[in-house]
Amino acid sequence: MPENVSSLIAVRDVKVHFPLDSVGSLGRLLGRPPARVVKAIDGVTLDIQPGKTLGLVGESGCGKSTLGRAILQLVRPTAGRIFFKGTELTGLNARQLQQMRRRMQMVFQDPYASLNPRMTVGDIIAEPIEIFEPLRGEALRRRVQELMRTVSLNPAFVKRYPHEFSGGQRQRIGIARALAVGPEFIVADEPIAALDVSIQAQILNLLSQLRRELGLTTLFISHDLRAVRHISDRVAVMYLGKLVEVADSHEIYRRPLHPYTQALISAVPVPDPAVEKTRRRIVLTGDVPSPINPPTGCRFHTRCPYAQERCRAEEPPLVDTGGGHQAACFLLEEVSSGGAARDSAA
Amino acid sequence: MQTPVEPTSTALAPESFELVRGTSLWQDARRRLVKNKLAVASAIVFSVILLAVLVGPAIIANTWGYTYDMTNSEVVYQPPSAAHWFGTDQLGRDILVRSLIGGQISLLVAVVASVVSLLIGVTYGAISGYLGGKVDEAMMRFVDILYSLPDIFLIIVLLAFFSKDLIVLFAMLGAISWLTMARIVRGQVLSIKNREFVEAARAIGVSTPKIIFRHIVPNTLGPVIVYTTLTIPSVMLTEAFLSFLGLGVQPPLSSWGTLVQEGVGAISVYPWHLIFPGLMMTVTLFSLNFLGDGLRDALDPQARAD
Repeated sequence: MPENVSSLIAVRDVKVHFPLDSVGSLGRLLGRPPARVVKAIDGVTLDIQPGKTLGLVGESGCGKSTLGRAILQLVRPTAGRIFFKGTELTGLNARQLQQMRRRMQMVFQDPYASLNPRMTVGDIIAEPIEIFEPLRGEALRRRVQELMRTVSLNPAFVKRYPHEFSGGQRQRIGIARALAVGPEFIVADEPIAALDVSIQAQILNLLSQLRRELGLTTLFISHDLRAVRHISDRVAVMYLGKLVEVADSHEIYRRPLHPYTQALISAVPVPDPAVEKTRRRIVLTGDVPSPINPPTGCRFHTRCPYAQERCRAEEPPLVDTGGGHQAACFLLEEVSSGGAARDSAA
Repeated sequence: MQTPVEPTSTALAPESFELVRGTSLWQDARRRLVKNKLAVASAIVFSVILLAVLVGPAIIANTWGYTYDMTNSEVVYQPPSAAHWFGTDQLGRDILVRSLIGGQISLLVAVVASVVSLLIGVTYGAISGYLGGKVDEAMMRFVDILYSLPDIFLIIVLLAFFSKDLIVLFAMLGAISWLTMARIVRGQVLSIKNREFVEAARAIGVSTPKIIFRHIVPNTLGPVIVYTTLTIPSVMLTEAFLSFLGLGVQPPLSSWGTLVQEGVGAISVYPWHLIFPGLMMTVTLFSLNFLGDGLRDALDPQARAD
C-alpha cells in the first residue's frame, strides 16, 4: 500500500511480536526461533495528520506503549511498514534512522526512571543538541536555559541533578529534552500517569500549549480518557494488540460505536453527583485474554455483551462508518441501537 | 518540592553568573562514607601504610643507610632494636626496609591487576551486557571457559615454564582478575539497560558506544568500585600465596608473601621475622576490606528513597 502523502505518520499493518520462551544458550547461538511469542501488536494501520494530536487509549498491556515505541523504531516491528512524511522508517539503516531522530522525539511515562541520575539537568537537556547541532559552550548553555524557561523551570537549576526535583519538574525536564532539537513529532507515552493529580493538569496544559505554539504533531498515549479528551483531536482505542475504533475526539465520546469503547467511556466518572447517580455503567466481565494466545475471531468476543457465533470465527476489519469514524465490529447497527434502547430505558 | 540549596565550597563553576549547584550522587555517597567511622579509620590507616611503603625505604636509606638487599653478617637475626626496628633476618638485612619494599611490590601487583580488571572487565562486561543476544552469549561463554581453567595451577605452570619474572606474574594475575569484574558489570548493565533513561538516550539518537560509556557505565560504578577495593586484597593474597610457594617475587627482592615464607621457617626462634611483615600485610588487608564495605554502604543505591 502506498503511503498516504498527507499524513505525517503512516502505520501500515504493523506487527510487533516478542519471543517468550528462552531458547537456551545453544539455541540462541544457532538462531533457533522461540516456541511462543507475545503478540503485543498484531496488525495496526493508523495515520496521524500534521499538527494533530492522536490519543491512543486502552487497558494496561494492550500494546499502546509498544505501538508508540514501534513508530519511533525503539522497538523494531516484526512486520509492516511505518512512514514519516513519506520516508519509510522501517527500511532505514541505523545511521539514517539516527538522523531521523532529530525530527521525532519521545516523552516518557516515569520521570523518575527516564532521566540519568548521574547527569545534571543541563547535561540531560544539552545531550540531543550536542548530537545534532554544533552548539557548544556558552551558546549551548544559553539554549539549554532558554528551553528550561520554555517548560517553566528555573534556569538557575542547570547544575542540579534529577533526584533534587519533584515528579512534575522532572517531567518538565523530560519535555525540554524532547523539544531540544525542534522535533516535528512527539510520542508522549503516558506522560502524566506517574504524577500526582494536582500536577497532571499542569503537565497536560504545558503539553497542549507547546503543541499549539510549536505546531507539533503528537501521539498521546494514555489510559486516562479525560486527559485524552482534553488534548486530542482524534482518538484511537486499542484492545489486545489491535485497534477497535478510531474517530475524531468529540465524535468518539459522543457516539462510541464499538462495545469496548462504550464500556471504557461508561467507566469515566462524571464530576456531577446528579448525573453520576443516573449514569449507566457497562461492566465488562472477565479478564483481558493473554496476548500469547489471543482469542480467535474478534478478540473482544470473550467479554463482549453482544458476541455472536460469527464474532468467534471471523475477525472484523476496521471499516470506515462515515466521516472518518472507523470501527472494527460486525454488529455496529445492533450495538448502537442496543445502546440506544438501553439509554432510553435508563 | 525543593531541596534546600547548599552552598558548596568546591565551586569549580566556570559560569559567569549565579547558578544553583546540585549535589551529585557521588557527593551524597561521600557524605555517607565520611559518617562511617570504621571506613574513615581504615582509609587513614591504609594511607599511612601507603605513605610509609612509598617513602619509607628512601628515608631509611638516608638515615641508617640500609637497603633491602644489603647484607651484614655481623647482625644476623637481631631482635628489634633502636638500630633495626623490626630486627634483621638470616643475612642481617633490615626487616623494616624489606617489609616496606615488600609492601611496594605487593601493592604494585594488586594495583596492576586491579587496573587490568577495571579496563578489560568493565569494557568487556558492559559491551556484552548491552549488546545482548548472540554476542553476549559468545562473550560470556569465553569468560566461562577462562573461569573453568584452574588459574593457580596455570600460573604455577607458566611461571615455572617461562621465567619467574615479575612481568609474567603481573600479566597472569591481571588476566584472571577481570573475569569476575566482567560478570559483575554485565549483570549491572543488564538491569540498567532496560531503564527508561537508556531508552530515552536511544530515542534522542545517542550512539551505542556513548550510551554504554556515558549512560550505563557511570551507573554501574558503585559495585565496580566496591569490587575493586576487594580485588586489591585478594590479588595481594594470591601473590603472597605464590611467593610463599617460591614462585612469585624472587630474592633478594621481597614481597609480603616471601617475607612471611622466610619468617615461617624461623618462627619459634626469631618470631619478629614473621610477625612484622605479617602484621603489616594483615593490617593492610583489613583496612582495605573495611574500606570496601564502607564504600559499598555509601554507594548503595537503595539508600536513597528515589
